Amino acid sequence: MKLRKLSVILIIALGIAFPAAVFAKPITINWWHAQRSARGEVVKNMINEFNASQSDYEVVGTFKGNYDETMNAGVAAFRAKKQPHLLQVFEVGTQTMMLSGAVYPVFKLMKDMGYDVDWSRYLQAVLSYYMNADGNLMSMPFNSSTPIMYYNVDMFKKAGIAPLSKSTPVTWDEMGEITKKLVSGGIAPAGLVTGWQSWTQIENYSAIHNIPFASKANGYEGLDCELMINNPQVVNHITRLKTWADDKRFMYGGQKYQGPKSEFIAQNAAIYIDSISGIAKLKKAVKDFKWDTAPLPVEAGTAKPQNSIIGGASNWVLNGHSKAEYKGVAAFLKFLASNKMQEYWHMETGYFPITIDSYESLKAKGYYAANPFQEVGINQLNRAIPTKISRGLRLGYFVQIRNIINEELELVWNGKKSPQKALNDAVARSNVQLRTFEKTYK
Amino acid sequence: MIKRSFFKSKYLPYLLILPQMLVTLTFFYWPAIQGIIQSFLLSDPFGRQSKFVWFYNYIELFTDPLYLKSIFTTLVFSIAVASVSISLGLFIASMANRALRAKALVRTMLIWPYAVAPAISGIMWLFLLHPSYGVVALAIKKWLGVDWNPVLYGSDAMVMIVMASAWKQVSYNFVFFMAGLQAVPKSLIEAAAIDGASPFKRFWYITFPLLSPTFFFLTVMNIIYSFFETFGIIHTVTQGGPGGSTNILVYKVYQDGFVGLNLGSSSAQSVVLMSLIIVITFLQFKFVEKKVQYGG
Repeated sequence: MKLRKLSVILIIALGIAFPAAVFAKPITINWWHAQRSARGEVVKNMINEFNASQSDYEVVGTFKGNYDETMNAGVAAFRAKKQPHLLQVFEVGTQTMMLSGAVYPVFKLMKDMGYDVDWSRYLQAVLSYYMNADGNLMSMPFNSSTPIMYYNVDMFKKAGIAPLSKSTPVTWDEMGEITKKLVSGGIAPAGLVTGWQSWTQIENYSAIHNIPFASKANGYEGLDCELMINNPQVVNHITRLKTWADDKRFMYGGQKYQGPKSEFIAQNAAIYIDSISGIAKLKKAVKDFKWDTAPLPVEAGTAKPQNSIIGGASNWVLNGHSKAEYKGVAAFLKFLASNKMQEYWHMETGYFPITIDSYESLKAKGYYAANPFQEVGINQLNRAIPTKISRGLRLGYFVQIRNIINEELELVWNGKKSPQKALNDAVARSNVQLRTFEKTYK
Repeated sequence: MIKRSFFKSKYLPYLLILPQMLVTLTFFYWPAIQGIIQSFLLSDPFGRQSKFVWFYNYIELFTDPLYLKSIFTTLVFSIAVASVSISLGLFIASMANRALRAKALVRTMLIWPYAVAPAISGIMWLFLLHPSYGVVALAIKKWLGVDWNPVLYGSDAMVMIVMASAWKQVSYNFVFFMAGLQAVPKSLIEAAAIDGASPFKRFWYITFPLLSPTFFFLTVMNIIYSFFETFGIIHTVTQGGPGGSTNILVYKVYQDGFVGLNLGSSSAQSVVLMSLIIVITFLQFKFVEKKVQYGG
């Protein structure tokens, strides 16, 4: 009897003395993401590092498929009230997430959890894509890229073209000359090929030249926005590409990146426009020729080109969890933004580091001198302060709108429609989507 | 000679069909009804707000010229797939039926493609016919001088997905035709041969009428296959492009609903698709089945 009493007292005493160490397990933070294979490994390593660095929280990362599958998983989980704490969503889903009422804005989370983050030390062209109209950050940028130009150095040499500058963009007129030399000299079967045509040739073309993509500051300032891509500048650009397509200075290689990339690798095209994430892929795949990178071309007479815009994904904090858990989420987000993690992420995947500090630290270490390809994109992104037009796009049903633009452009390339007609139709069809979206949320 | 079973208890039959009814109700009727309800709503994906909008989603669909084009594309596609795969299946089956040696082996080999998932079949055909790395495509371009480019030209893309979809279905049709052919009484064909009927006439007047139930069944199955199951092929090969020329209805449902998260429109499209397939099947039963000669 006495013994039993003693043991009970002992257990209680132990429990009081070491509450966390003995009985409490670390709080689990769930993160659903869309990174697999090589990038998935990098993500796993980052999570492991965080878990090893402290004992209060344990982040569990789960690969949920590609971007749309991950977003769908998040949506379904939220409806079933089983949502993760963090959900990675691609950039085109930003508007849907923002209006969902299901998210805990990141700027607020960090403030509530006692972190005083100096957002001005982040890459503004990256943050601005995920800010609301008041300039507050809604989600934490994770993987961000921007399109740049790749070119076949050997072919350029053969055609007697000087290598392109890594900081000053060539003009589209010069591009016309360059591609002409390459194709008419029989050096390259085709001049230019581009991946993600809507993103690189319309969205980024508009941002760089500060041309509105949509009204209401590209949709940031109201759901009642309308597409504006049938303006003379964009129509001219597409018309130019179409005339180039007719004499092989431009070739169409497909909507995504696989087709265009393989045309560049097979040396069917001398110049290739695509995301900076292509650097790693080309390094691996190209064996028999030298290539280099350059910023995207601009129109002649553009005194000061704007920043290009990003693509990629960000992490959203979802509602419906306890404060203790959110503390862990905030700690994890802060950890991800640390120099060490950002440098690791950038070096392994090629996606941008999101803070200026990590960029400068890499620069000081001589990383960019050793990897000159990498700096082209970052310079292009940082060369100007984002305007209301170049900061990003905020459109409902953006996935559908990109599909529409893809379809209409393809009808231009195969000669079924004139550029003006195709872009007019793209605007009209997209506006129908925008009105349906507006009606849903009104 | 029709066998009938009689149950003593009045309730036993109902009890016996109950499990099947439950399965059908939960996995077919319930989602279908949900889909019909959703098609009258505009709602955000997170389900926090939905609005009843009557026929808004349907009106949007049918005022969109591209949706009507997509219906047309689907019909062209499914007719092409069904006719190619049925005729090839029938041709191969009648050839294999005459094989003298290794009949079983030939049959097994011919059934194999059916085990290939549509997405894999799509990838394989893409590797053959892609304009920049497809082996066959490069050969066509080089030796025949054809400007083959399914990435750019809609008709080429259509040819490619029809081939990929039909190829897979040929084995399925082959199996049924093979079984059908074996059920054709040898004595009838021999009698006709003695009377001097040519092989073609023997086929046309004896084998074909006796195969008509199989033929009819396969037409229905192939149309349904090309409407729904070819999704994987479209997804891996063309993603509906170029310029929407291979955007069949089921792919558009996926694009708008799963990727684009427009649940209302996507549900309305599913309802249209369901009605379309019901109408087509009904018409087949009404007009084609009359010509079918069932045995016995």
